[in-house]
Amino acid sequence: MERIFLDNNATTLVDPGVRDAMEPFYSQMYGNPNSLHSFGIEVRPYLHRAMEQLYAGIGAADEDDIIINSCATEGNNTVIMGMYFSLLKDTRKKSIVTTELEHPSIRAACRFLEQHGVKVTYLCPNVDGLITAEMVREKITDTTALVSVMWANNETGQILPIEEIGEVCRERGVYMHTDAVQAIGKLPIDVSSFPVDFLTFSAHKFHGPKGIGGLYMRKGVRLPPLLHGGEQMGGHRAGTVDVPGFVGMGYAMELATKNLEYEQSHVRGLRDKLEDALLKIKDVLVVGERVMRTPNTVFISIRGVEGEALIWDLNQAGIAASTGSACASESLEASPILTAIGADKELAHTGVRFSLSRFTTEAEIDYTIEVVKKTVVRLRSMSTSY
Amino acid sequence: MAKSDLIGGSLWEQYSKKVADRMNNPRHFGELTEEDARRMNGKLVIANEGAESCGDTVRLYWIVGNDDEVIKAAAFKSFGCGTAIASTDMMAEMCIGKTVDEATKITNLDVEHALRDTEDTAAVPPQKMHCSVMASEVIKRAAAIYRNVDIATLEEKDIVCECARVTLQTVEDAIRVNDLTTVEQITGYTKAGAFCKSCIRPGGHEKRKYYLVDILARVRAEMAHEKNPNLAQIDDFSTMSVVKKIRALEQVLDAQIRPVLARDGGGVELEDLHCDDEGACIVAVRYKGACKGCAGSVAGTLGFIQQTLQDKLSTSIEVKVA
Repeated sequence: MERIFLDNNATTLVDPGVRDAMEPFYSQMYGNPNSLHSFGIEVRPYLHRAMEQLYAGIGAADEDDIIINSCATEGNNTVIMGMYFSLLKDTRKKSIVTTELEHPSIRAACRFLEQHGVKVTYLCPNVDGLITAEMVREKITDTTALVSVMWANNETGQILPIEEIGEVCRERGVYMHTDAVQAIGKLPIDVSSFPVDFLTFSAHKFHGPKGIGGLYMRKGVRLPPLLHGGEQMGGHRAGTVDVPGFVGMGYAMELATKNLEYEQSHVRGLRDKLEDALLKIKDVLVVGERVMRTPNTVFISIRGVEGEALIWDLNQAGIAASTGSACASESLEASPILTAIGADKELAHTGVRFSLSRFTTEAEIDYTIEVVKKTVVRLRSMSTSY
Repeated sequence: MAKSDLIGGSLWEQYSKKVADRMNNPRHFGELTEEDARRMNGKLVIANEGAESCGDTVRLYWIVGNDDEVIKAAAFKSFGCGTAIASTDMMAEMCIGKTVDEATKITNLDVEHALRDTEDTAAVPPQKMHCSVMASEVIKRAAAIYRNVDIATLEEKDIVCECARVTLQTVEDAIRVNDLTTVEQITGYTKAGAFCKSCIRPGGHEKRKYYLVDILARVRAEMAHEKNPNLAQIDDFSTMSVVKKIRALEQVLDAQIRPVLARDGGGVELEDLHCDDEGACIVAVRYKGACKGCAGSVAGTLGFIQQTLQDKLSTSIEVKVA
């Protein structure tokens, strides 16, 4: 059976072109770029090119730094822990402002710092499921060192007003970090156009390989490294760089930029087709206005249909989607988004996310629509509440 | 943690084939009607358990024979994940042919056992054991409705952990006999808390009457007192007088909470205390110094204060800003 992957906010297919670009660095040019001999020397031009691709992809200036690391979790931890050792620990700066929407690598790192006396404010999304610049402004105090807000929400695809939040941070003299993992390849990213100090990304979310990511740091901003050791990455991040991964990420970034137009038109069109069809089912709720979302994501709540039960049935039909339902975890806390937007408590365990990519086809979407409709009929026929 | 635990995440791989099969093709889902009951010369019983806001609900239909109290037919409806559907389906099947009294004795462990492919391999991963609990709870609910009695009369007394069906007595004995000092040890000895973890401390899947952290604290205090009766009697917070409660709160604030806040130049004062008849207490506090007016303190610090007071005194304490 052909399988259909509609879980692209979790990870993505490595673009075949990216895979081809990586291959020589496993089989032929496997030198350590820090070596003096030819094996090391021959690799370096490719790393320089990958750097060029990454800088161009997010609009970074040559004076800025993009630290190549292992993933966005590492980038996020580098920022949070770096803030602790450079500012929070010994100066009058004592607090961080972030949001309840953030990835665990931000929230858990902040919780850890709370045990060390750092004050952290976790902003709750408003009734639209968003964080506004005003909400951030209200929470910044004289002791705030850092504001960290994700660019696009992984669960709903909702886009946060990062540029306005950046302006507020600049005004108040506070560092600004954004986790842009869900934004690369889906939205135009240009760090030169607004004041962001740190930005994290991960290659496997934009058709690059897993295990490689990047941390952008604006010129003049200093953070101690998370990993200590050799002089790689100018001393910002020790450890021999994953050469094939780095090369692959560079090319994946170039392709992401090239395909942005396609993402905004074609992928958006398929997402809208799916969304329109799902909205025809009675008693459903889609979170977030369409224009305020990444073009590939729809998060839908279907009354009477438990999230995990739905994705089980979809999986049986060869379709991969994901659920915000907490049934699979130990805590039964409702989805913070569904709670924030004031959805009925009965809907808290019904959310399902479909996330498309530039490899998604119209036939796949048509098939998915049919399967979801059938599944909803089956599960509602069993449901106590429908 | 060890080799087998490091690559986590796979819930579905741990479902038995029987579970997967019943998720895909439940045999007994549907409804039974008064018409069915008349036709089968029986009485229709409909019982509901759970709440959708908590993630799963189940409705059980029985037709109980008028002459022999034998369950002639059973069906269910469910809002829940696949394991809830599979467990409920198996439970409904196990009810058929049993008398109401026999059915009432079916436990979640029986249901889980019946869903195993092989004797030694659990049918569902630990965090999904919870789903089978509701499947057995609803049987008791149905029996209570059939007999027109309060469900409490049919429930086993003082179950601490529903998933592993461990009683309060078992937990207390395990602590005393083995001189246990941590919740992990209790779980190791009794299996209580090994599955959905609701019974360990407040904040899990569901609210519980007993929490392992409280039982441990109380039994350890009793043991310490028995060993050395000269030690001041350690009272249960809920039975203390108001004055003693305030003293106990101040002691914890002084020892555990104020030093932490002081590091940031902040402080906290006890403002008021309200306890209802069921022992739930609302502690009102006022922030001082650097905490005052800082919104960050509301979420973070308040949580810290409440957690500490709950750990040290009673899980029934709720902290609010005055």
